[in-house]
Amino acid sequence: MMALAFLTQTLRIAIPYLFAAAGGVMTERVGIIGLTLEGYMLGGAFGAAVGSLATGNPWIGLAAGALGGLVFALLYGLGAIRFRADQVVVGIAVNLLAIGLTRVLLRFLYDSSSNSPRVPGFNVTSSGSGFGALAQNPLVWMGFLALPLVAWILYRTPLGLRIRAVGEHPAAAISLGVPVTRVRWTAVALSGILAGLGGAYLALDQHQFTDQMTALRGFIALAATIFGRWDPKRVALACLLFAAAETLQIHLQGVGAFPSQFVEMIPYVLTIVALAGVVGRAVPPAALGRAPE
Amino acid sequence: MSNAPQQQDTAVRMSGIEMRFGPVRANRGASLEVARGEIHALVGENGAGKSTLMRVLSGMYVPNAGTVEVSGRDVTGWSTARAIESGVGMVHQHFMLVPTLTVAENVILGRELTKGGQLDRARAVAEVRTLSERTGLLVDPARMVRDLSVGEAQRVEILKALYRGAKILILDEPTAVLSPPEIEELWQVLRGMRDAGDTIVLITHKLDEVMAISDTVTVMRQGETVGRVATRGTSPADLARLMVGRDVTLAADMAHHASTTAGAHQQEQGAAALEVRDLVVQGARGVTAVNHVSFSVRPGEILGIAGVEGNGQTELIEAIAGLRAPRGGSIHLGSADVTSMAVRPRGDAGLSHIPEDRHERGLILDFSIADNLVLGQQHRFRKGALLDHARIAENATTQVATYDIRPTDSSLPARALSGGNQQKIVIAREMSRDFTVLLAAQPTRGVDVGAIEFIHAQLRQAREAGKAVLLVSADLAEVLALSDRVAVMYEGKIVALLPRAEATIERLGAFMTGAEHAA
Repeated sequence: MMALAFLTQTLRIAIPYLFAAAGGVMTERVGIIGLTLEGYMLGGAFGAAVGSLATGNPWIGLAAGALGGLVFALLYGLGAIRFRADQVVVGIAVNLLAIGLTRVLLRFLYDSSSNSPRVPGFNVTSSGSGFGALAQNPLVWMGFLALPLVAWILYRTPLGLRIRAVGEHPAAAISLGVPVTRVRWTAVALSGILAGLGGAYLALDQHQFTDQMTALRGFIALAATIFGRWDPKRVALACLLFAAAETLQIHLQGVGAFPSQFVEMIPYVLTIVALAGVVGRAVPPAALGRAPE
Repeated sequence: MSNAPQQQDTAVRMSGIEMRFGPVRANRGASLEVARGEIHALVGENGAGKSTLMRVLSGMYVPNAGTVEVSGRDVTGWSTARAIESGVGMVHQHFMLVPTLTVAENVILGRELTKGGQLDRARAVAEVRTLSERTGLLVDPARMVRDLSVGEAQRVEILKALYRGAKILILDEPTAVLSPPEIEELWQVLRGMRDAGDTIVLITHKLDEVMAISDTVTVMRQGETVGRVATRGTSPADLARLMVGRDVTLAADMAHHASTTAGAHQQEQGAAALEVRDLVVQGARGVTAVNHVSFSVRPGEILGIAGVEGNGQTELIEAIAGLRAPRGGSIHLGSADVTSMAVRPRGDAGLSHIPEDRHERGLILDFSIADNLVLGQQHRFRKGALLDHARIAENATTQVATYDIRPTDSSLPARALSGGNQQKIVIAREMSRDFTVLLAAQPTRGVDVGAIEFIHAQLRQAREAGKAVLLVSADLAEVLALSDRVAVMYEGKIVALLPRAEATIERLGAFMTGAEHAA
């Protein structure tokens, strides 16, 4: 069952992307660049490891993971919303802080420079990496629901309407008495929680936290957000596509005839292609990256 | 102020309003009194403080001094939200619409209708439709705002205010982007509202509009209120004198004058200075914005292009200026084919361009007046590899004096200037270089009466000097006042090309709306 194995692995790889890209859509649609998804994920992974290790309960680990993402989202919001600083500058700072802080705390809490002790994850009865095992992990299902949830918020709720309005034309929203600052904070906080859950999945699935374990997945998720043109449905497909490319690359590593680096490039090449407007023009939210007035 | 209405009939009373932005005093003790159930025109030059005063009324600005009363209640310093709650709504000059949302979504934004925590979209659409039909502000609530014409977008703006229960509606220059029939429709809607007891404050500097629609007029000049008169007891000339503080020649008068002397400037012989052949240009969203357009402009001629905005004029000008690559056809400057030339060689070939949006294309607002005066010409102001600041400063001193740019300190950023003076920077730069063809797109948009007079004089002077001028304007009076021939653009095509003598407002209006088709 080569095909099923391929599919299973693709889905497994896609889960953190789906979470983080859901956060990416959330933050970018309100006009705040999703540059910090990487930091949120790292914070989420660390939080999940600490929470689960401290209590032995992966659900509490999960909540702590969400909190870990939220902490870095609030830091980003402090710079980007409260102090109206340049989002790229603050975003880079938040990402570097996430790397440094988790490393320091890793040493402080577990006396290790590389990894945490074994983290209790969700018990999976059947062994191996089969589809059955994947389906037993509640985080997998939550991952599949992350982008639909974002779509529901954006298109079906008053908050979502406000998020879309603020990301496109904040002045119009202000003129109608929409509390723009509060809407921005809400979206950024949700983004932190969602991406934090993506990080928590990594720590709970791999049963440990390792230094910089997110390995730039936050940026792949941002690429998927852009490649999917900020539309939850398309972004979900982009996540699956990127995960499939990664799976392909893993499979081709064994073959040897074809340099796997080329396959590894697929997500990035696709992103550049998308940004260059080859597959229809990518129109970002009009107020993206602009300091709120 | 002798015939001030009774207290209970007063919808708005503002007095001693002082509004400062840093060193700029936008309102200096301005006052306004509006009776309930009237259409009140607030007129004045650009920078006279009209919009500022109305933003104070609508809660966007908190005044430094003065009092604001609405329906006899002191509401000084209230918020936009409170103003909206109390029935004061403002339609801004630059639309405050979210292009990626539907009409209904834009209308309900901030006051969302919900059902079980979710947006009740069906009810939103139904309510907006009902309101739209009741007021005559017809627009499909399910459409995306970015697909609307400007006229429709404006209706959405008014619907937004009415949806929030506005009883006092402020409109900031609502007709700037409308065609004559659309303006007439707007007047009908406003009259209907007035007759239903609502109060309307209309900011404008078009005096014919004041005469056509208003009951009372308040005139502002340099931040102060200089007069309040009944429309019936005044005339455009009187109002203009109040606005500017001296006698001015109005474009409408010039239009009349021009129609009686038309033909004097027409030079049928001689080669065209600008020749556009079968030009096809794509617009921003991939639609064909300019559809097989051909025309030519001769030296010593002003060709005016009239038309409702968004009918391809912008793309046409951008294609000629080299800012947008055409899909087909050719553009010649004299004998030179410039169709695929870059912007600078086009300039060297004799093209000068006053862009329609001075903020986006004409100026860099944070640059000094002096630097803005050499933009695009910087290669002519250098010493070796470096900019020659002495010559740039010298050029600035000359231009500031010649074009009467105020303030005269050329080291100030362009942002610090009023719209009229900003436009003078663009005019000065584009008209002081060597050119044979001048593209003048909306050259007097958002510019006060005094500056309009000045800019019109400059365009006429260019014609006298044998330049070919292509004028694009949404202001029919302007097109009629200046042009030797008038073309009308409608849906990307030139649907009429008339000598000035045959161009009347009625005929052009019919072409502009597609009511009449003939080429």
